[in-house]
Amino acid sequence: MEKKYWKGVEELRNDAEFVRLKNSEFAEYLPIEAVGGKSSSEGSGHNRRDFLKFLGFSVAAATLASCEAPVKKTIPYLIKPEEITPGVANWYASTYFDGQDYCSVLVKTREGRPIKLEGNPSSSLTKGGTNARVQASVLGLYDSNRLRGPKLNKVNSTWDNVDKDIAEKLAVIKEKGGKIRILTSTIISPSLKASIAEFIAKYPTAKQVVYDACSHNAISLANNESFGKAVIPSYNFDKANIIVSFGADFLVNWLSPIESSRQYVKNRKLKEKKTMSRHYQFETTLTVTGSNADKRVALKPSEQALAAVALYNKIAGATGGTKVTDSVLEPKINEALEKAAKDLLANKGKSLVVAGSNDVNVQLVVNAINSMLESYGNTIDLDNYSNLYQGNDAEVNTLVSEMEKGEVQALFVYNSNPAYSLPNANVFKASMTKVGMKVSFAHCEDETAALCDYVCPDHHYLEAWTDAEPKKGLYSLGQPTIAPLFDTRSAIETFLKWSGNNADAHTYIQDNWKKNAYGQQNKVSSYESFWNTTLQEGVFEGTAASSGSYKAKDVSTAASNIGKYKNNNVELALYSKTGIANGAHANNPWLQELPDPITRICWDNYACISPRYAKELGLNQGDKVSLSVNGVKVEAPVVVQPGQAYKTVSIAVGYGRTNSGKAGNNVGVNVYPLASAKDNTISYSSYDLKIEKAAGTHELAATQTHHTMMGREIVRETTLDEYVKNPKAGNAPVLITTMEGKKRPDQVNFWEEHDKPNHKWGMAIDLNSCIGCGACVVSCNAENNVPVVGKDEIRRSREMHWIRIDRYYSSITEDPSDNKGMEVPEEEPEVVFQPLMCQHCNHAPCETVCPVAATTHSSEGLNQMAYNRCVGTRYCANNCPYKVRRFNWFKYSDNSQFDFNMNDDLGKMVLNPDVVVRSRGVMEKCTLCVQRIQSGKLDAKKESRRPVDGEIKSACAQACPTNAIIFGDLNDTSSEIAHMFKDERTYHMLEELDTQPSVFYHTKVRNSVESVNHNS
Amino acid sequence: MSHESPIRLPLILGDKSIHQITEDVCRPVETKANKYWWIAFTIAAAALLWWVIAVCYTIGTGIGVWGLNKTVGWAWDITNFVWWVGIGHAGTLISAILLLFRQKWRLSINRAAEAMTIFAVICAATFILSHMGRPWVGYWPIPLANQFGSLWVNFNSPLVWDVFAISTYFSVSLVFWYTGLIPDFAVIRDRAKGAGNTTRYYIYKYLSFGWVGSAKNWQRFEEVSLVLAGISTPLVLSVHTIVSMDFATSLEPGWHTTIFPPYFVAGAIFSGFAMVQTLMIITRKVLGLEEYITIYHIDMMNRIILITGSIVGCAYITEFFIAWYSGVVFEKYAFINRAFGPYWWAYWSMMTCNVITPQLFWSKRLRESVVATFIISIFVNIGMWFERFVIIVTSLHRDYVPSSWTMYSPTWVEVGIFIGSLGLFFTCFLLFARTFPVIAMSELKTIVGSSSSQAKKKDQHHDHH
Repeated sequence: MEKKYWKGVEELRNDAEFVRLKNSEFAEYLPIEAVGGKSSSEGSGHNRRDFLKFLGFSVAAATLASCEAPVKKTIPYLIKPEEITPGVANWYASTYFDGQDYCSVLVKTREGRPIKLEGNPSSSLTKGGTNARVQASVLGLYDSNRLRGPKLNKVNSTWDNVDKDIAEKLAVIKEKGGKIRILTSTIISPSLKASIAEFIAKYPTAKQVVYDACSHNAISLANNESFGKAVIPSYNFDKANIIVSFGADFLVNWLSPIESSRQYVKNRKLKEKKTMSRHYQFETTLTVTGSNADKRVALKPSEQALAAVALYNKIAGATGGTKVTDSVLEPKINEALEKAAKDLLANKGKSLVVAGSNDVNVQLVVNAINSMLESYGNTIDLDNYSNLYQGNDAEVNTLVSEMEKGEVQALFVYNSNPAYSLPNANVFKASMTKVGMKVSFAHCEDETAALCDYVCPDHHYLEAWTDAEPKKGLYSLGQPTIAPLFDTRSAIETFLKWSGNNADAHTYIQDNWKKNAYGQQNKVSSYESFWNTTLQEGVFEGTAASSGSYKAKDVSTAASNIGKYKNNNVELALYSKTGIANGAHANNPWLQELPDPITRICWDNYACISPRYAKELGLNQGDKVSLSVNGVKVEAPVVVQPGQAYKTVSIAVGYGRTNSGKAGNNVGVNVYPLASAKDNTISYSSYDLKIEKAAGTHELAATQTHHTMMGREIVRETTLDEYVKNPKAGNAPVLITTMEGKKRPDQVNFWEEHDKPNHKWGMAIDLNSCIGCGACVVSCNAENNVPVVGKDEIRRSREMHWIRIDRYYSSITEDPSDNKGMEVPEEEPEVVFQPLMCQHCNHAPCETVCPVAATTHSSEGLNQMAYNRCVGTRYCANNCPYKVRRFNWFKYSDNSQFDFNMNDDLGKMVLNPDVVVRSRGVMEKCTLCVQRIQSGKLDAKKESRRPVDGEIKSACAQACPTNAIIFGDLNDTSSEIAHMFKDERTYHMLEELDTQPSVFYHTKVRNSVESVNHNS
Repeated sequence: MSHESPIRLPLILGDKSIHQITEDVCRPVETKANKYWWIAFTIAAAALLWWVIAVCYTIGTGIGVWGLNKTVGWAWDITNFVWWVGIGHAGTLISAILLLFRQKWRLSINRAAEAMTIFAVICAATFILSHMGRPWVGYWPIPLANQFGSLWVNFNSPLVWDVFAISTYFSVSLVFWYTGLIPDFAVIRDRAKGAGNTTRYYIYKYLSFGWVGSAKNWQRFEEVSLVLAGISTPLVLSVHTIVSMDFATSLEPGWHTTIFPPYFVAGAIFSGFAMVQTLMIITRKVLGLEEYITIYHIDMMNRIILITGSIVGCAYITEFFIAWYSGVVFEKYAFINRAFGPYWWAYWSMMTCNVITPQLFWSKRLRESVVATFIISIFVNIGMWFERFVIIVTSLHRDYVPSSWTMYSPTWVEVGIFIGSLGLFFTCFLLFARTFPVIAMSELKTIVGSSSSQAKKKDQHHDHH
């Protein structure tokens, strides 16, 4: 028998339990169905295979989960603020004032962030209009260069420290009776004024000095001399049939441009009435205002003054006034003056003469002319005067000399930057060391704040309670639309604090209004409801005083002073540009990238020289020249500028900032030093300029490099005479020759029509109303998250703007076959502006060529762009005859190559959450603000109605100060746009291509002085 | 065996026997490369490297690294694309149309010309991809079934037609070329076996698809060749017609012209033959194939260059006439601007190279001069590049609205991609010349009995007796 070994006692015993276990020790069969509790033979619910399966599944699931895009946390409101509903915008009425422009605004906030500004229609001053600077100001809130809190000797500090320090020092100065000076911009806030008054009451040696970087002091000085009223009057351009302007760029820069442009255009719109105002402009620089004039004469700054005197004599001669000595002027000037005088005399009481000069003599003569023309009480209102531009140049000069002598113990600088913008900034800067205590209220460490011991940053206006009285009796309120982003403090509170008053700005303004504005009305009986209504409306307008008529005094002294200006020198005219203006907002990339309406150049200032003079000097565009006035020398590139007066140079102030921030630093050159203090005012022109060619050239960044229309019917134009005879003048229909005779383009197409059963969105642009200011461009940038691309990219013709305002000059020839001649603008051209955006063609050339159908037509007449379908062939842009499509050449957001607002977290807060930020490699273009259309439609739908005409407005239409752009539904026969479409002036751009745009234009009508139409 | 008139010039010189042809054609494949090949290859590969760098930089950073702008959306990219596609056309014309017309002289050059076609189309395709803003979704213009919803391509778009045209062209050309290569690969395979070179034997064994040279093999080969020639023939006309429609169906002045299809096809053949000349003159010299690619071949191709060059010249003049005759201001200006605008130099380079230089070929001496042919072929290559540049850039830079008029100039990246594409082309061609039989020897052998110098002598001998 075989020997048997056993492995254990159990095997020896071999009982039933052991046998059972032994049999299943290495089971051949693994029960896979046993998942989920179904018992296997061994009773266990789970086994090895299941474990492996679960393990595999978990690993796979975990792996897949970890492959997902990084999680972006959107944190819901833990406690939802009562007034905020995510996705729904809130609107607040507020007030914009930057020391220069006033505008009553509506602030759009999304999820607590202000993202867009619109004009407030309730204001009788701005009437819902805005300008480029107002539109761009929302970006200033998110400027990464803003100070995060108070600073003491360049080191971050706390308000307690700063307050304590300043109070101690002030106490010492007060004791010694040292001079305290508060240098401010013009302040139109009654409450801020009151708080400064409290401060002065506490420190009686303190004195406020008002300083405007671009001063209009001469007007109030002249009014004081002529009428004993040292004010800047209100001008009523809407009441003037004849407007004569000597260098006043009143449509975009001079005094109150939003108000003026709206008034001006009121008399230029042609609807039922067929009359228009006539506008003469005598100016040196080709300005936006001059471009819109019916008759423009280019002359030197000295000749502007001489021409004013000559006009005075012509008017005086006809009205029996005292004549003064005048000088002989060029025949072309004289001729124009002759015509202007004739027109003015025929419209006594309905005419207006203005001058942009900051020379008291000129303003005196102009006052006398207006007085003879009975303008006071009609087109000029000295009683409801403006509060803007209260700067006193003489006092500023005194301050600088006081500082130079070391007499000033404490200097407070509010909202002005004299170290940058004073003509004698060098003296100012040197004298700063002699001032005991220097305090700035600046938002960022600007040129002046850099020299101060204390910087006590004021709130941005969108974070603060403010008020304003831009015109006597017209009040407006500003309310915070966001909690202060940084540790800043309202200037009102700061002044009050130092005066020992701990009130907050909100209460202080409320109390102040209770004392003043509330009493000027009797409609609302409780102050609380008065306050609430005003806050909601944004404005409170008391009853206007009656406007009296005034007689000016004799001007022979002024005239003889002006007589001395006559010279044979080269002259200089400083001007300010639509975007950058006095340079305070130089760090705003939207404004830097806004092309100048005339030169179409961004990101620079430059010496404008007339073509004839440039030829004489052998200068080409971009050559550098050195300009010197009284030994002060600056270098700038040349721009050959048609319309510039011969032997003059114009150059814009506001550039060459060194402490403004990353966008504004070292852009262009600072030319404020070329201005000079003369006869108690700062003079922005020089009658003796030395110009020399300097070494090197500079590549300018222009968005338009070709300046004439080449005889094409891009902008259609006629004269008022022609228009009165035939409303279709200048707007001959385009006809195509076919074998069956001439036909309209839409009769020879073979396209199928798109169905537009519900809405048919369209846009009307009245070329008679468009002044070319550029408010729409900035508004569009803000609304549609249009990226800033910078100077270099503009040089490569790659601006991303969805809307542009083309500017054309008349050519030296009218012969269309002379192509070379057609390219050359006239020495003194006529100018036209044309806003151009995607035309939303109903037979769109872009739509057919896209290989992936990324751009398609909507059933509401829109040409749509699906960014995430676009593969970026750019075929659509090539095939667009209007060249309005914009390609994302780079990634413009979160890219250090494009270090503008879309590259930092703060700047990105301005982005509109309703509009996608486009990625690199895709095409984009105007959508007619489809997000606004959608939200308007939704609002209407919720109320079970159709959108009302005017309820939905595109950003450009809403921003326009002159209502030149009208948006609406062409299917709605009662809409304004439908009426406009029926007008005889309606035309489509490039009609012969039969692209059937949804955007149409109205011909420009000029109230020409010459009866022959010049341009067509 | 066909008989050919003794008056006709022989197509193979040097009394070649069938074996000698095999030896001559297989030599480059079986021997080591010489110094010149290595120098050329190094330069080509360096250019290819530049291409890789420039393309990666473009895709990584954005099309902005090129010189394009809001007005000029295409420039060197599409110029190069059309130029390369055009060059390809000569190969197809030689192998398809000349086959149908039974032009025996094609046999010495068709292999290399077809290779040129393939490589040129590859180069062209790279430009389609690299010019896109988002090349990573470059497959979207292909009508692929997808899960993106209702997304589909836009069949109205000429770019979609291009996708079909180019892909068809490439695939048919590739198949046609490869079919012709099979018997020749089999020859190399057999010789490699005889020489005991196992690696080469196995490589060519697979490449030759088991060709045995049986009568059935040859019969099928002939049939397939004929069928593919039939398919290719319309492609010679259709591909560049469709490419021209990228422009012709648009409404840009200077693009929107009905003359474009025939004019582009003629231009394509013109430029293609110029490129064949450029390549063949070098190849016959370097590989010692003067007796196969004879002066007669060069003369024949020069005649085609003369004819197509004249057609292109006529087209240029017709365009100008129509621009004036149309009375359309935009059209008129577009053409005046071409000749006298800021890009006048591009226009006159084009006119000189494309219209004047080929007219020199009226002279038989120049037609038969290798040096003159080479120089003129280079001129034509340059001229045809400028033709596309003129059409694209000078039309776009000043179109309807003068406010958008602007200038364009290329950056180093665009220049790099173009030079790099030449690098890609020549790298491919040089590798081809070392690894593939550059002359279709099996087919060429079919005319040894009729068209070689030996055959002609034999004929004369027969005639005497």
